[in-house]
Amino acid sequence: MDDLLKIKGRIFDIQRYSIHDGPGIRTIVFLKGCVMRCRWCCNPESQSYEIETMMVDGKPKTIGRDVTVEEVMKTVRRDSHYYWRSGGGLTLSGGESLCQPEFAYALLATAKAAGINTAMESMGCAKFEVIEKILPVLDTYLMDIKHTDPNKHKEFCGRDNILMLENARKIAESGMTKLVIRVPVIPTFNDSVEEIVSIAEFADKLKGVEKIHLLPYHRLGQDKYDGLNRSYPMGDILPPENDHMEMLKKAVENSTSLNCQIGG
Amino acid sequence: MTYDSTRCDKTDRINRLKEALFAKMPEIESARAILITESYKQTEGQPMVIRRALAFKHILENIPIIIRDDELIVGSTTIAPRGCQTYPEFSYEWLEKEFDTVETREADKFHIERKTAEEIKEADKYWKGRTTSELALSYMAPETIKAMEHNMFTTGNYFYNGVGHVTVKYWEVLEKGYEGIMKDIAAELETVKPGDANYSTKSRLLQAMLISCQAVIDYANRYAVRAEEMAAKETNPIRAAELKQIARNCRRVPAKPATSFYEACQSFWFIQQLLQLESSGHSISPGRFDQYMYPYFKADIEKGAIKREFAQELIDCIWIKLNDLNKCRDGESAKGFAGYSLFQNLIVGGQNTEGLDATNDISFMCLDASIHVHLPMPSLSIRVWNGSPHELLIRAAEVTRTGVGLPAYYNDEVIIPSLMNRGVKMEEARNYGIIGCVEPQVQGKTWGWHDAAFFNMCRPVELVFSQGVDAGEQIGPKTKAVEEMTSFDEFYDAYKTQMNYFIELLVNSDNAIDQAHAERVPLPFLSTMIDDCVKRGKTPEQGGAIYNFTGPQGFGIANMADGLYAIKELVFKEKKFTLSELKRALTFNFGEDLEKNSIAQLAGKATISMANKGVVPDAKSVEATVQAVIASVTPEEKARYKEIRQMILEAPKFGNDDEEVDAFARDVAYTYTKPLLKYHNPRGGQFQAGLYPVSANVPLGAQTGATPDGRLAGTPVADGVSPSAGRDTHGPTAAANSVAKLDHGIASNGTLYNMKFHPTALSGDEGLNNFVSLIRSYFDQKGMHMQFNVVSKETLLDAQAHPEKYKGLVVRVAGYSALFTTLSKSLQDDIIKRTEMGF
Repeated sequence: MDDLLKIKGRIFDIQRYSIHDGPGIRTIVFLKGCVMRCRWCCNPESQSYEIETMMVDGKPKTIGRDVTVEEVMKTVRRDSHYYWRSGGGLTLSGGESLCQPEFAYALLATAKAAGINTAMESMGCAKFEVIEKILPVLDTYLMDIKHTDPNKHKEFCGRDNILMLENARKIAESGMTKLVIRVPVIPTFNDSVEEIVSIAEFADKLKGVEKIHLLPYHRLGQDKYDGLNRSYPMGDILPPENDHMEMLKKAVENSTSLNCQIGG
Repeated sequence: MTYDSTRCDKTDRINRLKEALFAKMPEIESARAILITESYKQTEGQPMVIRRALAFKHILENIPIIIRDDELIVGSTTIAPRGCQTYPEFSYEWLEKEFDTVETREADKFHIERKTAEEIKEADKYWKGRTTSELALSYMAPETIKAMEHNMFTTGNYFYNGVGHVTVKYWEVLEKGYEGIMKDIAAELETVKPGDANYSTKSRLLQAMLISCQAVIDYANRYAVRAEEMAAKETNPIRAAELKQIARNCRRVPAKPATSFYEACQSFWFIQQLLQLESSGHSISPGRFDQYMYPYFKADIEKGAIKREFAQELIDCIWIKLNDLNKCRDGESAKGFAGYSLFQNLIVGGQNTEGLDATNDISFMCLDASIHVHLPMPSLSIRVWNGSPHELLIRAAEVTRTGVGLPAYYNDEVIIPSLMNRGVKMEEARNYGIIGCVEPQVQGKTWGWHDAAFFNMCRPVELVFSQGVDAGEQIGPKTKAVEEMTSFDEFYDAYKTQMNYFIELLVNSDNAIDQAHAERVPLPFLSTMIDDCVKRGKTPEQGGAIYNFTGPQGFGIANMADGLYAIKELVFKEKKFTLSELKRALTFNFGEDLEKNSIAQLAGKATISMANKGVVPDAKSVEATVQAVIASVTPEEKARYKEIRQMILEAPKFGNDDEEVDAFARDVAYTYTKPLLKYHNPRGGQFQAGLYPVSANVPLGAQTGATPDGRLAGTPVADGVSPSAGRDTHGPTAAANSVAKLDHGIASNGTLYNMKFHPTALSGDEGLNNFVSLIRSYFDQKGMHMQFNVVSKETLLDAQAHPEKYKGLVVRVAGYSALFTTLSKSLQDDIIKRTEMGF
């Protein structure tokens, strides 16, 4: 265990009292670095593994710091009371946590050993051997599936989705973690009924999957692009209307047996 | 215990009653002032308790009565909805001074007819030299009066008004009726022998009690007669039947035992209304309503005598009536108790005397009533313990989610031991209720004097820098000059010296007022419902209650914790600036513009230095000196002061789950809570601290200069035990962890923790579950109280801009809810600024 505590990784934020990313009240640790470059990404500062500077409220802020598992856990443990009462715990997010597989494993394993519920938000974009190692210490896998069409996926995210869909099947088959599918609903990319239902039907076939979350696109990340001196790839695209989200939810529920919720 | 949590719908009647209640601005009426004065003039020379009882009787026989349209529960103190009477026996001068402004002032406006104002003025003539406030002042030490003039603390609440702050034995009146109670009193009177040492006081009090009870019975009968008259004229047969039922109820209760739930409701209401007509005390709290009303509900349901829907409607009607009572306070107090609140605290859930869960059907129906009525009264509270049913807490969270700011959540696991630590028996401690804002009390046995003062913990630190001088006057101890201090401990000791000195004066002020109440306004009607007034032959003010406390509240803990921590770290450890630099930075408001407090301090200094030089200071030369001093501050100096403030703001702050600062805050709170414990009141009870500000953190903050936590002069100080607004930046769990680290158990007069959530945080079932978990987790860590505002910042800003659209918007202020648009702009701003936890 001591060895795990000393493992280092790179994070860009820890957010306490998160109530939309996994069950209960949770602490989210955001790992830095991602394999994809989704156009709508609301955490552009998460994408590069490099430590960088972002302007926040007109002041430069260093994004990214190297920390040990022990340091992170010190913060995570502070809310143990809340996890215990709410069924919450630790959630890893990013970036893509699987880009730092040893660090991610060490965090989850340490939390698990301390009796803290674990979750990870991830696209499953890694070799399955990497994921397989993590599954025993992961209670909930919040897996992003953005599209079923590999070409469109590549066009908007920078990579196709063949590996990730394959991983989704394997994770489901393993039965080792509770798999929840999350779909960012992005106008111009995947917000048609056909596209969303196609994802839902894929999810419905995965063994043990009961829940699907539709996460409406939002523009809250826009300022960060300015802060990083990057242009906002989404231009003026507006978030989907509530009515449209409700319609998609109905469509999912009509064509699958999944429990569908809007938002995390 | 098992319970049924079925929900019932709100009826149309409730909508109509609510609309009628808010149709007009509240109005001041003169009937009580005229009647009490008439009676007092006729009873000169008699024992005071008898005079009080006869005055009460005279008022109840003659005050105009009204049954409003659609009412099922009757009894109104004023003809105008939400109107108020006046209570000249406590104080009156402020009202006469404010006749012209009371309708246009910022907080809690009241309409007053010119004729009414004249009538009140005429009555008031009698009261010169006869009020409690005048007597209280004459009992105070001169240094106390001086400290009060300098706003070190305020005891205005009971100085100007009745005490209230009590839960009486409602259950006994429901069970026995006043006739039964009178029988007990008469039996006790039989035992009083002419040779007894206390014959004179006891016999007269018991006689006064009998007069008061009979007056209440007769008053109820006036309503019975009125209802019969109205029924005879009523063309709508349904309403006519309702009026006949009202008449039957009022003939029976509160004279006799209640035989149905409906009668119990009516009987409860007369007690609640008339206690407030006897004296102007506020926070007369129904307490554990679900416990004493349940037997009547249960019996009726089992007999099939009542439908649950109708029982719910009756409870909703009581909720409406609780908002019909009102009180006009002086302009300054109105700011401190803003929102027309009467703080009638009603609590559900918790344990019974045996330590078992006490939740019942009425507990749920009370929560539902607050959703139906959606008004500030009653100040609904809920007791939470490890065995509280999850379902009850979820239902409470649903009420919270509506944004009404109710209920407030209380932790049995802290409050019960804290009361036992004050000498309360375990069974009685388990049966506590909450008074007013947040004050725990053993019901029916306590005269708790809970809202005894506001003590601003930031003011003594100002006196450390000035060596006890305020605005040119030596009002505190001459502690060592800060320029000569070489360690943090020296500074902290000086702070404690100033604190201890003013705490003693606060005690002096409270005790003087306490004594004045005992002599001038003994309350015989109230005495019939508090143990052990009958046996002891004393009113509660005279020491008749079993438990006696005085609970003045301190606030500004977060400011003091942050400020003292900054001094410790930045001045003495890191040596970033010196105490004398900080002193100048504070004097000149950290280089920002100077407001009236800072200028008053400079003027005081100028006066002293002129006097020392042998110059006679006049207003003009003082003004010139002050201007010269202000002008002498160079831009470089100002920049340095701003820099100092920046360093302070960047230092660690209370409210972020930082072990060191939080431990420090715990110690700072002790500088107020511990010294108080050694003092006693004239009733033989102990002083106990509360840590909550009502809404006084805003007006009293306006009287406070810049403080070492970087707070600018004149801005609000931190409310209750909450972190300073905007200084907690790590979310609600971190903030709650910090607050839980204070010692809540020692502050047995109550602590108050405000949190504000964005509505999205409570959305869906999961939102409710997480919300309840947050409360449970704070309570696991020995937090005492929690309350919430669930309304978005956007909504509040819009309500400020368009008050007309938000007449019904209720928000949590501090220990109570109020209509947002009735609050002053500065208090509105403070509420908006309190951290909004959403994510």
